[in-house]
Parts: sequence; structure tokens; C-alpha cells
Amino acid sequence: MTGVVLNNVVKRFGEVQVIHGVDLEIDDGEFCVFVGPSGCGKSTLLRMVAGLEETTEGTILIGERDVTRMDPSERGVAMVFQTYALYPHMTVAENMGFGLKMTGHPKDTINSKVAEASRILKLDPYLDRRPKALSGGQRQRVAIGRAIVRGPEVFLFDEPLSNLDAELRVEMRVEIARLHREIGATMIYVTHDQTEAMTLANKIVVLRSGRIEQVGKPMELYSDPDNKFVGGFIGSPAMNFLNGTTAGGHVSVPGLKQDLALPLNLQEDGRKVSVGLRPEHLEIDPAGDTLTVELTEALGGVSYAHLVTPTGETLIVEERGDVRTEAGARVGLTIPLEKAYLFDADTELRIR
Amino acid sequence: MRAQAKLGLVLLLTPLLLWLTLLIFIPHVDMLLVSLRERVSAGVYRTSLANYWAFLSEPLYLRTFMRTAVMSTLATVITLLIGFPVSYYIAKIARGRVQSALFLLCLVPFWVSELVRTFGWMILLRETGIISNLLQFLGLVEGPVEMLYNDAAIMVGLVYTSMLFMVVPLVTTLQTLPDEVVEAGYDLGGNSFSVLREIIIPHATPGIVSGCIVVFMLSLGNYLTPIMLGGKDSLWFTELIYSQFIVRFNWELGAAFGFMLLLLSSAIVWGMLKLTGQSLERTVG
Ligand SMILES: Nc1ncnc2c1ncn2[C@@H]1O[C@H](COP(=O)(O)OP(=O)(O)O)[C@@H](O)[C@H]1O
Ligand SMILES: [Mg+2]
Repeated sequence: MTGVVLNNVVKRFGEVQVIHGVDLEIDDGEFCVFVGPSGCGKSTLLRMVAGLEETTEGTILIGERDVTRMDPSERGVAMVFQTYALYPHMTVAENMGFGLKMTGHPKDTINSKVAEASRILKLDPYLDRRPKALSGGQRQRVAIGRAIVRGPEVFLFDEPLSNLDAELRVEMRVEIARLHREIGATMIYVTHDQTEAMTLANKIVVLRSGRIEQVGKPMELYSDPDNKFVGGFIGSPAMNFLNGTTAGGHVSVPGLKQDLALPLNLQEDGRKVSVGLRPEHLEIDPAGDTLTVELTEALGGVSYAHLVTPTGETLIVEERGDVRTEAGARVGLTIPLEKAYLFDADTELRIR
Repeated sequence: MRAQAKLGLVLLLTPLLLWLTLLIFIPHVDMLLVSLRERVSAGVYRTSLANYWAFLSEPLYLRTFMRTAVMSTLATVITLLIGFPVSYYIAKIARGRVQSALFLLCLVPFWVSELVRTFGWMILLRETGIISNLLQFLGLVEGPVEMLYNDAAIMVGLVYTSMLFMVVPLVTTLQTLPDEVVEAGYDLGGNSFSVLREIIIPHATPGIVSGCIVVFMLSLGNYLTPIMLGGKDSLWFTELIYSQFIVRFNWELGAAFGFMLLLLSSAIVWGMLKLTGQSLERTVG
């Protein structure tokens, strides 16, 4: 079994603490995605698993082995870097076989492993080229191939697609998902892109400022966020938030000039809250006149209407099909109460 | 339009071409011609290889020539061995202010003239110098020690003078080595030694080669350091050239010596490029 376990892991760069006590269990064969805004410590955490950064406190287990103080080479992991980190003076085949060469494997073994990896990644025509003569997507495939050839127990990816253009990114995303199905090894994948996280992961770990905000399956995080941050981070376009106060078991939302009777048991009156509404759950009510349509973005299948409330808050509403409200119109909003989320305005925790 | 562009190019290149022709090409052609001239009697010359024959048949000349070549090579190797870790530290480990400060520190010796710099070493190394006094004070030696006027002193001086010319190209190439490339080496199972050999050195090769070429040429052509720090037995080839031209007025032999030096440095540079599979354009450009 080669799961990965982090026990109260802490990282400090000198005085600055970057990771604040992370506990996490990743099961064998799982595709685990670390997601969070730039600078939240995703790469640092991944590099600690790889052994490229020292762990200040806590322990890291890979397959029940304590690897906290081990060298990268002893951990049975292989990393794929955002910048590919290929060796320009070696051919594609040499790059892929480099790990085995360094660890003293015979030529035959190296050749057959490289051949197998290049078959999986469709790199056969390029084996004799230098990385310079490859496109971005091909380079990334070579970097992945180099990891595969190593035969690691755990694959680590640090934003592997962010240097690719949008089209290629989708293609490589599918490729990585296929690779995971084919190889079945444990994978940890870092990204700041929630779409990548949602489409690839078995398990998403949402990080903010060096702390785990929530861990769960993609759809769990989408439909049942623990706090305002996760609610706002998962889902695209992002969840809308409106300020409100509790009153008599309802939530009074000044921006909508409306009291929402959410299916929650709200005891306390006068509590400051934030109401979370997903764009795809809202519907424009042409009969109303509380909100102003500022602009609409038509993307073809869907369009997004940007609305402004009388209190100056903004909302995005997704419209499907041919329906498209014109900018400047005054409209109302239909809110499915069972799909509204309520968060405490101060602690940002979900009120269930 | 095209004619104008051409004219511009010509005007831009003129000073360079003029400089190359007047100061490099013409003197060397002239030197070659002079070196092929044999003096028969006053004012009468004929063309022959006599000067080169004189060079080859006199053991002192040949020995000094070989010694200069070997010592320069050694100085280059030592400079590389000291300069590489220093450059690696400056380029990859030091950050921000420390990095620029260290880089500047390599420049400091060049704030004073070569003469003063070499004299500084004499103050340190001579019999009544600082190091000798310090050793006596610490009771490590009995009497005064003379550390000047030998090959080791020349070597120290040459390495010291050349260090900057090794560190600059090395730092420049090492700075272009991405951290991830080194990290990937460790991740793929390498240790410090194999990562150095397989990743860092291949990446730094253009810098190593250009640093070595410059340091070797500077050492070969150095005049002041060997004279001031070396003893009476440690002749440098440039001293022979100087004495033929200035002391003996034997320009023909001096020119032949000069040409031999040029051939030697060209041969070594060519060999170094061939050995490492580098091209001159890639190394210099
Ligand atoms: N070597 C380092 N020294 C000091 N601070 C660092 C170092 N590496 C990363 N950090 C800091 O740690 C934080 C997290 O960085 P990182 O893990 O790279 O974020 P992410 O990958 O989530 O964008 C950032 O604030 C960054 O400035
Ligand atoms: Mg990062």
C-alpha cells in the first residue's frame, strides 16, 4: 500500500511560517489535487513530500514508511515540474532514461522502460530529438515520461499544465486522467485552477495561507462547502455573496429587498451573515425591478448576466439557451432556497 | 533605402575594421614577415626559417616555451577549480544583496593597477613580509621564510589576477541553469556528485570553456606577474620576447617568438573547443 500520510506538517522559511500544521491522508491509487490561490503553499507542501524542501515539523509517511528525513531519491516518488525541467543537452530518450541511468540500471532495462513509456505517451517519433525541437505539450509529455520510467510509487505534479495554451491544456488534462487510469499509481497534483481540480481529482484538498480549508470529493466540495472560501473557490463562475442579517428565522437581504426563508433553523436574531448563491442556480425574473443588468457576456451555449443590487453588490447569473437579458434592463431574481448557502459573516464558516 | 542601410552598416563597421586592420592584422603580418627574415650582414636580409630554427635548437628557449605553456595550463586549471564553487555559490545559492556584493568583491582587485596588485603579493610573501612574520609570531617556523621568487608565487599571482575572468562567464552560465533542473536530478535518484557531473557541468560547459580560454591567454601573455613574483630561474616566455625586442634589438628572433606564442595559444584554444564539442561562436556569443 502506498498511500501518503502527512501528520501535523509545518514548514518555516527562517522566521516565516508557510505551512501551518497540515494533516492529510491520501489513499493508495488516489488522484489527490491540492488547489488554492497562488502563494498559499501548494508547491511547498508538494516539495516537502518530494523531499526537495525540508520538513520543519511533523512527519510524512509514504506507504507506511517514515520518509520525513530521507533524500528525494529514496522516497519512491517522481516529480513533474511546471517548467518541465528537461535536460537540453540530452535527447528525449536520454532524458526519459536518465533516472534509471543515474541509479545504475543496465542499458537493456532502460531501453525497454523508455520504449514502454514512449508508447504510452505516443512519443516514439521524437525519441532522438532534443527538447528544444519539441512543442510545449510534447515537452510536458517527455517530463511525464521521465517520471513514468522511474516507476515511482507516487507521482507528484506541480502545475504541469500552466505553461500550455488553453487548447493543449484540455488535451493534456485528458491525457493525465487516462494515465492515472492506466497506471493506477497514487498521484498528487498541484494546481490553482479549480477546473483542473474538479475534472481530475478523486480527492481535492483546498488550501489557503498554508492551512487546509476542506478535503473531499469534487462534488462534495461543490455541493457542500464548509466555509465561504471553499464555496467561492470551487465552481465557475464563482459563487455570489450577498450580505444579510438573520431576523425571525429568516435572512433579510437588503441587496434583494427580500427576506429569504432558508430551510435552516436560525435561532439567533441580528446575526451578520453572507448568503452564497451559485450563478447556475439563479434565474432572472423579468417581472421584477430590484436589480440592474450591467452587462451580459454571451458564450454561445450560456451567457452570464452581471447584475448590480441597490446596495452596490454585484451578482452573476447564468442564462442558458437563447434567453439573454439586455444590459440596462431592470429585473428581479428567482432564488431556489434549498440551494442557497449561508455563511457567518465574521468566521466565514457555513451555517447548516 | 537598401543603399542607405548598406551605407549605415559600412559607417558603423568602419571603426571596428580600421581597428582590426591597423592594430591586429597589419602588425601580425609584418611580424610574420620580420620573423622570416635572416640578417646576412648590416642592412642585408634574406628570407629563411633561421629564426625558427634558432628557437628550436636552443634548449633555453624551448624549455621556457614549454614551461610557460604548462604553468599557464596549470594556472587555468587551478583558477577553474577555485572559481567553480565560488561561481556556483554566487549564481545559485546566494540571494539578492549578498549575491551582488560577492560579485563586486571579485571586481575589487581590479580597482588598483596590476603593478600595485602584484606588489601587494610581494608585501605578503617576502621574507620580511606579513605572512612570514605571522608564522614566526605563532611559533610555527624558526626564522624568516621566503615565499617569493618561485613558481608557487607566480601561480598564486596568476590565479589571483585571472579569477574574475573565470568567475564572470561561469556565473553568467550558471545563472541560466533553472533550479528545477537541478532538483529534478535529485528527484530522479541522483546524488550531489552525479548531479554535478551529469547536469551542472554539461550546462556550464560554454562558460567553463570561455573562462578557460580567457584565463589561459591572459596567463600566457602575462609579463608583470612572472617577473615580479618569479625567481631568476622562473623565466616566462614573454620575458624572452621582451629581451629580444628591447634588450638585444633582435627583432627577427623576437618576432619568431611572438609567432610561436600566437600559434600555441591558437592551438590550445582550438583543442579545448574540439575536446568539449563547443564552437567559438557559441562560447563567445
Ligand atoms: N525558498 C523560499 N524562501 C522563502 N519563502 C518561500 C520560499 N519558497 C516559497 N516561499 C513562500 O512560501 C509561500 C508559499 O509558496 P508556494 O508554495 O510556492 O505557493 P504556491 O505554490 O501555492 O503558489 C509564498 O508566500 C512564498 O513566498
Ligand atoms: Mg506553486
